[in-house]
Amino acid sequence: MAVLDLRRKLAILSDAAKYDASCASSGAAKRNSLDGKGVGSTEGMGICHAYAPDGRCISLLKILLTNFCIYDCAYCINRVSSNTPRARFTVKEVVDLTLNFYKRNYIEGLFLSSGVIRSGDYTMEEMIRVAKSLRLDHDFRGYIHLKLIPEASPELAAEAGLYADRVSINIELPRDDSLKSLAPEKDPTDIKRAMGRMRLAIDDHAEPARRSGRRAFARSQSTQLIVGADEARDGDILARSANLYGAYRLSRVYYSAFSPIPDASHRLPLVRPPLLREHRLYQADWLMRFYGFAQPEIVEQGDDLDLSVDPKTGWALRHRDRFPIDVQTADKEALLRVPGLGAKAVARVLAARRISRLTLDDLKRVGAVLKRAKPFVVTADWRPGALTDQEDLKAALTAPVQLSLF
Amino acid sequence: MRVVRLGSEVDFDGWRKAARALRAEGTPPEALVWTVERDLFDHGEPIAATAGTFAVPAAFMNLAQQVVLNRSPDRFALLYRILWRLEREPRLIDNPAETDMARARDMAKAVSRAAHKMKAFVRFRLVEGAEKETYAAWFEPAHRVTEATAPFFARRFANMDWTILTPDVCVAWDGDRLMVSEGADPADAPSEDAQEELWRTYYASIFNPARLNPRQMRQEMPKRYWRNLPEAALIPGLIEAAQDRAAAMVATPPRPPSDRVLKAAQRHARDASFGAGIPTSLEAVLAGASVCRRCDLWRDATQSVPGEGPPNAPLMFVGEQPGDQEDLAGRPFVGPAGQLFDRALAEAGVPRQRAYVTNAVKHFKHEPRGKVRLHKTPSQGEVSACRGWMDAERRLVSPRVIVMLGATAALSVTGRAAPITESRGRPLTLPDQVQGLVTFHPSHLLRLTDTAAKAAAYRSFVQDLRLAGELAGLV
Repeated sequence: MAVLDLRRKLAILSDAAKYDASCASSGAAKRNSLDGKGVGSTEGMGICHAYAPDGRCISLLKILLTNFCIYDCAYCINRVSSNTPRARFTVKEVVDLTLNFYKRNYIEGLFLSSGVIRSGDYTMEEMIRVAKSLRLDHDFRGYIHLKLIPEASPELAAEAGLYADRVSINIELPRDDSLKSLAPEKDPTDIKRAMGRMRLAIDDHAEPARRSGRRAFARSQSTQLIVGADEARDGDILARSANLYGAYRLSRVYYSAFSPIPDASHRLPLVRPPLLREHRLYQADWLMRFYGFAQPEIVEQGDDLDLSVDPKTGWALRHRDRFPIDVQTADKEALLRVPGLGAKAVARVLAARRISRLTLDDLKRVGAVLKRAKPFVVTADWRPGALTDQEDLKAALTAPVQLSLF
Repeated sequence: MRVVRLGSEVDFDGWRKAARALRAEGTPPEALVWTVERDLFDHGEPIAATAGTFAVPAAFMNLAQQVVLNRSPDRFALLYRILWRLEREPRLIDNPAETDMARARDMAKAVSRAAHKMKAFVRFRLVEGAEKETYAAWFEPAHRVTEATAPFFARRFANMDWTILTPDVCVAWDGDRLMVSEGADPADAPSEDAQEELWRTYYASIFNPARLNPRQMRQEMPKRYWRNLPEAALIPGLIEAAQDRAAAMVATPPRPPSDRVLKAAQRHARDASFGAGIPTSLEAVLAGASVCRRCDLWRDATQSVPGEGPPNAPLMFVGEQPGDQEDLAGRPFVGPAGQLFDRALAEAGVPRQRAYVTNAVKHFKHEPRGKVRLHKTPSQGEVSACRGWMDAERRLVSPRVIVMLGATAALSVTGRAAPITESRGRPLTLPDQVQGLVTFHPSHLLRLTDTAAKAAAYRSFVQDLRLAGELAGLV
């Protein structure tokens, strides 16, 4: 086999990583390199260092250690039966790339994933070697995210946690039955078991590490669900997320619209990725995490989200009897449920209304989107009257659909 | 109209001193012009410092320090107006909906966004030939955030020497402290870095053409920054090619997988280490082997045939694989070869019940031929696929001596294939310090047709068994 140069390997192994939606580099324990020998810092908030033409941010060097894989998951470009060009980095190559990119301020750190070669344990060990070398040999204090191999042994997952700021295990398919049919070698129970163990380990390390100042352990875990590769409905997907947040305290569930891959398996839909659906799922997820919505309030299992309006507006349209509300007197929970009012705007409304009676202009100045909020609120100078109950209100609130890019 | 001249564009202390004095003497905002220009109004009078002080909310001071860094020419005036109003409207500061407050907040937000973008979009280049690892960057911040943001770079890149050059001001870190100097020119920074070619490769590859969304990209990475981002030159080409790339992906039918990759993967799957499932008892070996699917032999076999014998036997015999009888009985060495093996053991004086007897491969490999099943030698792959079970038995029984009956057994135990006639009868030390001995497989003796050769081979076989018994302390 011809030896690939580093640049070609990087092209292959970052191309293979582009289907993973997660990119965040936030949530790490704060640290810097002032008292160390190496390089790097994390300040809680991650930084996006560049944006690709797909609009997604580049915050980490997101690569696969190798895209050889013994599995044959239909949705994956790296499945064994795909003809994609293959490559494998050495541990040192990944370490050097990370450090070189980091020192030039291109990235916040490393997001390392891998195809499974030989065995889950072997692959996991190789990935850990990279993180370990960065932390121990080079005193690297930037961000590290490791993708766990679900069937690797618990000891290895725990070791990965020692060097990573965040770990993740991708579920990929929202329904166990579709995972069974599209990813025959993956076992949903393995994945859940691994997430469960990781949650216990994270909880376990949280207190003592803070008290004794010992070497930190990963602070959180996340996962990814592919949207549109199987028959799962939005309600099913969100129910799965609600369960994941509750059971394993995931910091994020990423939704990745299934996008066509070169040399795709004929079992999958080769259509434009359902980006709008992905967007609506993120909005719905946001409502669950930050606005106090319970999953069934947003959409029932077996149903899909209404793509034409954002989920909060959809909820408000279904609950018009609760509106309009007076921004001057409504409580915080009610304000958070007003379309067009985000969490920041609500906080400012609460502060401002102690001082004066709020007008529509005031609402606009605190950051509300008036077009969406107007039918649902009463202010000093505005009453929606019959607007709230108007038949065609939904049409008035509906943004024109973005044209297809294909 | 009174002119207040400040020391620099970011002279917060100067503004504060002047503002304090002016408010104390009751000068209204409308009567003031704030400037940093030297020659614009050079007849401005100095402002007399006042003894009196007054309190303002801490929130205002924090906001003001941010706002001063905004490039808007009216920032000093806006801050003074808010300060002036605070005296009569002390709750102004708590009203985020008020016009002046909203404007100040927007200015501060633009500053913090500019600082954030500076943390993101500074691109260091290695300074060639410097003694210590040294980097430099040219950057054009949207607002005057360079000095305020420099400590971030000091915390992050504490062990490198670096300089950030901007048109307003330059900051440098020498591993110990931050130094600030006059603004510079782009030509003062290195013009390239060898890593940029790799970075551009990464940037182009991590982008998914099927999700093209340049509007969102521009929103987060405004064009004003592109000039100094090495990857930005690729953007037009990537956008232009994206639609064709995505369409081609959809249009091209899947090709059959490459044989080489497929075979490699099958080999990996088959020979993978046993990993997490390392058995800790002989019962676990038995259970594991009985559901083993690491090779295809299970499909046509009746059952897996585990080893047999005392769990701490000093002597271990490894055969090739179960035969027809063993497959049916589920026990090793019970067929014709097993009977010959028993006879030879008896002649050598080695009690079989003191030895652990097992096979390199646990499932019967055969080919149906009419009403009989013809024995087939297991392939190297099948031997490696099964090796974990044999290794586990070896580890758990921990014998003093291992006798390899035939080439397949030798391959499984030593990992190397070698002709039996050359290696048989000579004790060897295995890597785990266990004594090894290679001899014939009993079925080999059954297959020999020449009577003399058969007798000679049988004698050697008995001899080898006796030697093994002696080495194990059983004879």
